Amino acid sequence: MAIKKISKVQPEKFVFNKKNKETADSIIKNYPSGKQQSAVMALLYLAQKQNDNWIPLSAMKYIAKYLDMPYIKVYEVATFYSMYNLTPVGKYFFQVCTTTPCMLRGAYNLVDVCKRKISEEENHLSEDGKTSWLEVECLGACVNAPMLQLNEDYYEDLDPKKLEQIIDKISNDEVPQPGSYRGRLSSEPENTRKTLIGNKNA
Amino acid sequence: MLEDKDRIFQNLYNDFGADLVSAKQRGDWKDTKEICGKGREWIINEIKASELRGRGGAGFPTGLKWSFAPKEVGSRPHYLVINADESEPGTCKDRDILRFEPHKLIEGCLIASYAVNAHKCYIYIRGEYFNEGQKLQTAIDEAYKDGLLGKNSAGTNWELDIYIHYGAGAYICGEETALLESIEGKKGQPRLKPPFPALIGLYGCPTIINNVETISVVPTILRRGGKWFSSLGRPKNTGSKIYCISGNVNNPCNVEEEMGIPLKELIEKHAGGVIGGWDNLKAVIPGGSSMPLLPKETCETIKMDFDACVENKTGLGTAGIVVINKDQDIIKCMARIARFYKHESCGQCTPCREGSGWMWRMLERMAKGEATRDEVDMLLDVTKQIEGHTICAFGEGSSWPVQGLIRNFKDEIIERNKFDPIVKKQKDIPYLVDQHLLEKENA
Repeated sequence: MAIKKISKVQPEKFVFNKKNKETADSIIKNYPSGKQQSAVMALLYLAQKQNDNWIPLSAMKYIAKYLDMPYIKVYEVATFYSMYNLTPVGKYFFQVCTTTPCMLRGAYNLVDVCKRKISEEENHLSEDGKTSWLEVECLGACVNAPMLQLNEDYYEDLDPKKLEQIIDKISNDEVPQPGSYRGRLSSEPENTRKTLIGNKNA
Repeated sequence: MLEDKDRIFQNLYNDFGADLVSAKQRGDWKDTKEICGKGREWIINEIKASELRGRGGAGFPTGLKWSFAPKEVGSRPHYLVINADESEPGTCKDRDILRFEPHKLIEGCLIASYAVNAHKCYIYIRGEYFNEGQKLQTAIDEAYKDGLLGKNSAGTNWELDIYIHYGAGAYICGEETALLESIEGKKGQPRLKPPFPALIGLYGCPTIINNVETISVVPTILRRGGKWFSSLGRPKNTGSKIYCISGNVNNPCNVEEEMGIPLKELIEKHAGGVIGGWDNLKAVIPGGSSMPLLPKETCETIKMDFDACVENKTGLGTAGIVVINKDQDIIKCMARIARFYKHESCGQCTPCREGSGWMWRMLERMAKGEATRDEVDMLLDVTKQIEGHTICAFGEGSSWPVQGLIRNFKDEIIERNKFDPIVKKQKDIPYLVDQHLLEKENA
């Protein structure tokens, strides 16, 4: 279970904007009537996206009312799952996978780059206030290691130099192309493909 | 080696595109109506005949699982839940199915729902796979538009709705009952079994939970026959499987191969060999991080299927093969895995919540050479205290890799940590098991 810190600075009020309200209502319809509590994870995620990538306590209270469930249950969920940020993070949020398969291929070199170019410590904003980074557990792209997640996109097959270029671009507010940085399109072996040869470049 | 025509996932490398038109060209959604027309009994018997075992790690026979669902729908509706919460370190097969072969999964959902009498299917995708989930949603929308889902799915007269439920970064939600808790909008903490989900599952209703890969191979099995599937591999370990080979190999890749393929062939042929040559191999984790590692000698001969792995005191798990070569510090690698488990423990059972942290801290010190000789046995003892004393299999998953390390590399750990405890020299301090023993002012 991740350690979760609640931000000391909290906005007083939170309401879904019109678009998110519509999305929320359609998500609730995915579940049987009376089981609207199931939508809490999706709604927290919506709230996080609406509120600059973090969830204030007022949003949890709002969602609790919205779903007719106790506030503490929403709080429980928000603090249990690691993808909910309860303190402000950068507009560009780097999550570097450092679990063993990535570590074997040099993930800690990427962490060093983040320390040097973004902030000395995890979860601290960079000097320009736009970027922050975090070490996370396996993101499920082990064949394309080392990799990181920037907001919702995966950046794969990285090395320190390429990550430096990505961070440089980000500081100019350009979002670089996600995907593999060695030109791979999927998780096929580079150069030495031995299977499904007939399909190649079909 | 499996021939290309026998590979189920023809679009594993996205040569064709994942859309409905190209999926139909590859043979998806062909004769779905006829397959369902043969009836539930036939479907379940055919899956039983194929000897398909679940691809999510435990290897439970799929046909048997489906037969546990009540035959008639009573007052409670049935549910089908697909486990796409792929978070096992070393495993990334479901991701490729979600993004490149979504229609195999959707068709499998329809057939499985029909077989277990479910009208609603939830696909639980880990939150980090946001883009993959969007691709699956696009495929679901295509299927609705084409009449393959909905009131009369694919002309089968069966009503089916599929919904995606995103997780939010909790490994434990891959455990089936934790996954159900998570869908119900609670913390993902596993439930005690029994009752098993097949009788009391999602919202207290009968629920069948299957892995993405398991469901995705079902349509092909039924089209080509259970006999064809069981002719691959060997009895009780049949069919093909997507292997993910990562770590210190020249060409890390996903590849679909026959069950029981030698590990050496997978590494040498498909993944381009170990970095620094085969002799540079140190150890291999054969089935995702939860499975004990294998030393080089075993890697020479072991065949990759469920039973052969068990014979070698490990498990096939999800077939996420992590190759570790001699340039790496094996104790450090395992300490990192222990940190993963410490981070992901849901905190429900004390042995796992506390023990996973103990194992991590001890291994970190062992990697630095700061542990004492006695602590190696103590660490083994800790793993035994966790294993089997928890609600779910997370306890085994976190202690097996450490046990594997001690079983195979005990000499190396002792070599690095060979001094006697400080307490032996200074008898007046109480015996404590933690790292502050080594801080000078405490000793």
